[in-house]
Amino acid sequence: MGSNAMNTTLDTTLNALKFNNLTLGYDRHPAVHHLQGEIPKGTLLAIIGPNGAGKSTLLKSIMGTLSPLSGDINYCGQKQKNIAYLPQLADIDLKFPISVYDLVSMGCWRKSGLFGGLSTLLKDKITDAINSVGLNGFENRPIGTLSGGQMQRALFARLLLQDASLILLDEPFTAIDTKTVDDLINLIHHWNHEGRTVLAVLHDMAIVEQHFPQTLLLAREMIAWGKTHDTLQPHNLLRARQMVEAFDRHAQVCEQVI
Amino acid sequence: MIYTLLIAPFAEFEFMRRALVGIFALSLGAGPIGVFLMLRRMSLIGDAMAHAILPGAAIGYLVSGLSLGAMTIGGLLAGFMVAVLAGIVTRTTRLAEDASLAGFYLISLALGVIIISMKGSNVDLLHVLFGTVLALDNQTLVLLAGISSISLLTLATVYRPLVMECVDPGFLRSVSRAGAPTHILFLGLVVLNLVAGFHALGTLMAVGMMMLPAITAHFWTRDITSMIIIATVIALIGGIIGLVLSYHLGSPSGPSIILTLGTIYILSMIFGRSNGYIWRLLPQKHLHG
Repeated sequence: MGSNAMNTTLDTTLNALKFNNLTLGYDRHPAVHHLQGEIPKGTLLAIIGPNGAGKSTLLKSIMGTLSPLSGDINYCGQKQKNIAYLPQLADIDLKFPISVYDLVSMGCWRKSGLFGGLSTLLKDKITDAINSVGLNGFENRPIGTLSGGQMQRALFARLLLQDASLILLDEPFTAIDTKTVDDLINLIHHWNHEGRTVLAVLHDMAIVEQHFPQTLLLAREMIAWGKTHDTLQPHNLLRARQMVEAFDRHAQVCEQVI
Repeated sequence: MIYTLLIAPFAEFEFMRRALVGIFALSLGAGPIGVFLMLRRMSLIGDAMAHAILPGAAIGYLVSGLSLGAMTIGGLLAGFMVAVLAGIVTRTTRLAEDASLAGFYLISLALGVIIISMKGSNVDLLHVLFGTVLALDNQTLVLLAGISSISLLTLATVYRPLVMECVDPGFLRSVSRAGAPTHILFLGLVVLNLVAGFHALGTLMAVGMMMLPAITAHFWTRDITSMIIIATVIALIGGIIGLVLSYHLGSPSGPSIILTLGTIYILSMIFGRSNGYIWRLLPQKHLHG
């Protein structure tokens, strides 16, 4: 998966990720332009910006499913398997005859591997994960019968089991009620206390202000990145709104140097 | 009565006993594979692959006549080639898998028909298209049993990544690279079982043994494990009834088996416990909570 994006140079600082002049895009048209910066380990970072700002693109490229057009991502010695990712639209086949328990248990993949059985220890962990997202009693329900919020809870339970040091969440709270959002945010805080790095693409500014100490404001280019309060200044938000231009079919080759 | 109807044909004639063994082997492999094909929305892929096998079997026939080995190897090679080519095109271009497969299997099918019509007689074409379940020799039976053994062992091994690839391919991609190899391996099993079915039932009917039991099982359960078991049992039952029917009525065996399976399918659609029509029409009171 995108081996050219994988820069395994060891970083002696306590960074989880480092972007070096990173440009991402599709068919040579940039979606994220010259992103520069680093994310210390244990950061709780919100990524905000208008639609089409390149937020999801950034997460995809961290996952290695999209190779950079130029620049690179330094994983600071972190292995790809330590990254967990919850996409905006998980392409889960809801008609597949499989239970909630089995869906959640996929999170054990790293420990159980291709062929290994689920040990009693792992089974306990699966049950714990299901309980901690409040889905007890739903274990044997087919996944197709879950509501949107319940499905999101199940996916968070799977993330729990993945035990990743870097967790990427792409709009995890879209179309989710406040009770569920509160429960899931508690989980995110819990992960953060355990020293995990969490990057979440969000649109709800109230949630960002209340729960995320750091914020990256993206509008194809980085508008602001730092403490949430500083990032969310009106002039930054205004600039972000103006930045996302229409797709330019005849765009010239970019000569910008950082 | 029951003896003369069901047991006597097998007790009296060796070719019927052989056919029974062949059907048993076929059911074991084709049942589970059909379930996965159906769940992956690839029900028609089996049909395409069955056509893709044709030129390989035809070339095998050209090289050494009606020889089991040559036609098997030819069929396998042609099937694998189409599967792998389609896989490569799907992963390297924007074409979806069914589209790229359609391209290759049509080329393959046309090639097969031309080869057969230029060299073989119509009788041979009928053999390839409709198989000979009533003329299975030892070699063929060993081949069928071998293929179903390989299929079951392979499925047991790749079961977990295969299910994950069906349910949430994005997730599997994010944690492992097993997705693509699993998919190719699975298509390989499809080809293998179609080649097995092609000896007994012919290229066209082989798909029926795979898909009909699977889609029938869908009307009886909502759990994948029991779905696989039910599909296998239905394939077996349909196979036996079809054989007996073809014996008593003198109808061709392959189509008789498929028609029996088709009848079971339609009955299940009506009476099946999981979403059958009858159960949907019967008023059932909803639960308290």
